Amino acid sequence: MALVLGVLSVYLMVKSAELPIGWIPDEGPGGGAFPFWLSAGMLACCVCITFRWLLRRSPVSRSAEPYVIPAARATIMAVIVALTLMIGSIHIIGIYFAIPLFLLYYVRIVGRHSWLLSLGVSVSAPVISFFFFEIALLITLPKGYSEPLFYPLYDIFL
Amino acid sequence: MQGFSIALEPLNLALVVFGCALGLFIGAMPGLGSVNGVAILLPMTFLVPPTGAIIFLAAIYYGAMYGGAISSIMLGIPGASTAVATTFDGRPLALAGKADQALITAAGASFIGGTVSVILFTLFAPPLAEVALAFGSAEEFALMMLAFATFIGLGGDDIPKTLFSIFIGLVLSAVGLDIISGEPRLIFGDLPGFFHGIHFLVLAIGIYGIGEMLWTIESNTDGVKVSQASFGVRRIFAHLKGLKNSLKATLMGSFLGYFVGILPAAGATPGSIMAYGMAKTMSNDPESFGKGNVEGIAAPESANNSASTGSMLPMLTLGIPGSPTTAILLGGMVIWGLEPGPMLFVEHEEFVWGLIASLYVANLVAMLINLAFIPAFIAVLRMPFTILAPIIFVLCLVGGYAPTQNMHDVWLILIFGVAGYLMRKLDYPLAPAVLAIVLGPLAETSMRQALLMSDGSLMIFFERPISGMIMWIAIVLFLLPLIKIYRAKIAKNKN
Repeated sequence: MALVLGVLSVYLMVKSAELPIGWIPDEGPGGGAFPFWLSAGMLACCVCITFRWLLRRSPVSRSAEPYVIPAARATIMAVIVALTLMIGSIHIIGIYFAIPLFLLYYVRIVGRHSWLLSLGVSVSAPVISFFFFEIALLITLPKGYSEPLFYPLYDIFL
Repeated sequence: MQGFSIALEPLNLALVVFGCALGLFIGAMPGLGSVNGVAILLPMTFLVPPTGAIIFLAAIYYGAMYGGAISSIMLGIPGASTAVATTFDGRPLALAGKADQALITAAGASFIGGTVSVILFTLFAPPLAEVALAFGSAEEFALMMLAFATFIGLGGDDIPKTLFSIFIGLVLSAVGLDIISGEPRLIFGDLPGFFHGIHFLVLAIGIYGIGEMLWTIESNTDGVKVSQASFGVRRIFAHLKGLKNSLKATLMGSFLGYFVGILPAAGATPGSIMAYGMAKTMSNDPESFGKGNVEGIAAPESANNSASTGSMLPMLTLGIPGSPTTAILLGGMVIWGLEPGPMLFVEHEEFVWGLIASLYVANLVAMLINLAFIPAFIAVLRMPFTILAPIIFVLCLVGGYAPTQNMHDVWLILIFGVAGYLMRKLDYPLAPAVLAIVLGPLAETSMRQALLMSDGSLMIFFERPISGMIMWIAIVLFLLPLIKIYRAKIAKNKN
C-alpha cells in the first residue's frame, strides 16, 4: 500500500509542478508550491512507512491476519459492484428508479428478507427522498431519462 | 432580561421550537449541516419581523449542531465538519450498545457549552471583539498549525501514517482553482468536476459512510446487528447524573470552543478538534480515547456549541463572520436592514440581546427535543443490519449529491469510500485527512498572505507575539507524542 501511495505522491508532485512552485516576486509562493511540498511530505512518509514495514516495526507488518476476511470477500465485492451499478444507472434511469432497484437487491437477495418488507423499504425510500429533497428543500435530484415522468408531480406539489 | 422577554414572546418561542426541530432533522442527515439548513430556509424568514427571522435561523443553527452529533454517533458519519470529532468516541460507544449514553452526553455537554458561551458573550462581548481583530494572517496560520499539532496526538503511535493522512487531506483541499492566482490546479484527467474542488463532505461521507459500512459488513459476516442498544427512562437519568464525571472535559471544551469560535474564519470545527485533543492529553486515561470514552464526546460537543455562539461575536460586533453559517446569517441581517458593527449594540440593542437570549432558549429546546427523540434514534439502531446498511448507503449518496448537485461528487464518494476502507485495514488514521481538507484552504491562504507580507521570511510566524506564542504551543504539542514514544522506549530498555 505504501508503495502505491508513494507512486501517487510522485504523481501529485508532478501534477502540482504544472503551476509555479517557487517564489514569484510581488505574488509570493507560486500556486503549485503548497500542494507540491505537501506531496513531497507524503512521499517522505511513504518511504518511512515502507522502512518500518521492512523492519517489522509497525503492528500491521507483524500481523498474520488476512487483508480481508475470506468469508466477507465475496459480500464486499458484491456490495461495491452493486453500488457502482447503482451510481452508473442514476445517469440513465435517474435516482428514483436506481435507489429502489439497489434496495430491492440488498434487502431481498443479500438480506434474504420477505418480499413484502423488501418492497416496502424499496418504495418508501424514494418517496420520502422525493418529498424531503424536491418538495421541502427544493433540491432537485438527478432523474436521467425519467425526468418527464415527474412533471405531473411538480404540477401537483409545487 | 430584556432579551429573554423578547425570546419568550409566543411567536419567537414558536419559531425557536420549529427551527430547532427542523435543524435537528437537517443536521442528522449525512451531508446536510447547519450551513445548508440556514441557507435553504433564509428566504422563509422574510415572512416574519427581523428579530423573529434571526431567532428562527439561530434555532436552526443550534438544532443542526445537535443533529450533527446524532448522525456521528448513530451512523458513524459526521453530518457536518463540526461533528467529526464526535464520531471518534461516539461511534465506538454506539457499537458497544451505549448509544443512549453517547447521545445524552452529547446533549448535556452541548447544553453546558451553550450556557458557558452565552455567559461569556454577555460579560465580555466588546473587549473580546478587539482581541479577535488583532488576528492577522500569521496568527490564523499559527492557529491552523496548532489544530494540526493536536491531530498528531489523535492518530495513535504510527506518526508517519498520521502525517501522511494530514498531507493527503491538505493536498486534496488544494484541488480546484488556485485561491490567489485563480489558475486551475490538480485537475485530474481534465474532468470538469474537479474545478470546484473536493468538498470536505465528499471525503467525510466516503470514508465514514461507505468505508465504515464496508468495514462493518466485513466484521459482521455472521449477521450480527450493528448495535444492541437499549433504552429506558431510568437510564436517561443515570446518564444525566453521569455527566458530572466528564464535567472537566465539558468545561474545558466550552471555554476553548468559545475562544476559538470568536476568531474570524476559525469557527467551530478547529474548536471541537482542539477540545478533543486537549481532553485526550489532559485525561488520566488517554488510551481509552477513540474506543468509547464519554469525555471524547463531551469535549468536542461542548466546544462546537460554545464556538457557534462565539462565532456570532465577530459577526455582530465587527461584521466579520466566524463560520460559513454566520456568513449567511450576516447576509440575512444586511437584507433585513441591520448593519453589523459596534453601533449595532447601541442602535438595535433589543435585536442583539433578543438574539443572544433566543440562542440560549434554542439551546434548551434543542436539548429537550433531542432527549425526547432518543427512543426513536435507538429504534433505528435495532433494525436488522441488512436493512440499515442499504439505507445508509443510499443516504450517503443522496446526501453527498445534495450540497453541490454534481454526480462527479457521488463517484468520488464511492472511490474515497473504497480507498478509505482499504487504508483503514492497514491502520492509516483517516480522521486527520478529513480535518485537513476542512482547514486546508484557510491554512494555505493565511500562510501565503503572511509570507507575502514578510517577503518570504518564515520568522513572521514567530516574531508577532500572539502568533509566536501559538506557534510554540503547537511545536510542543507536535513533539509531545515523539517524547512519549522516546520515554516508553527508555522505560522498555530499562526493564
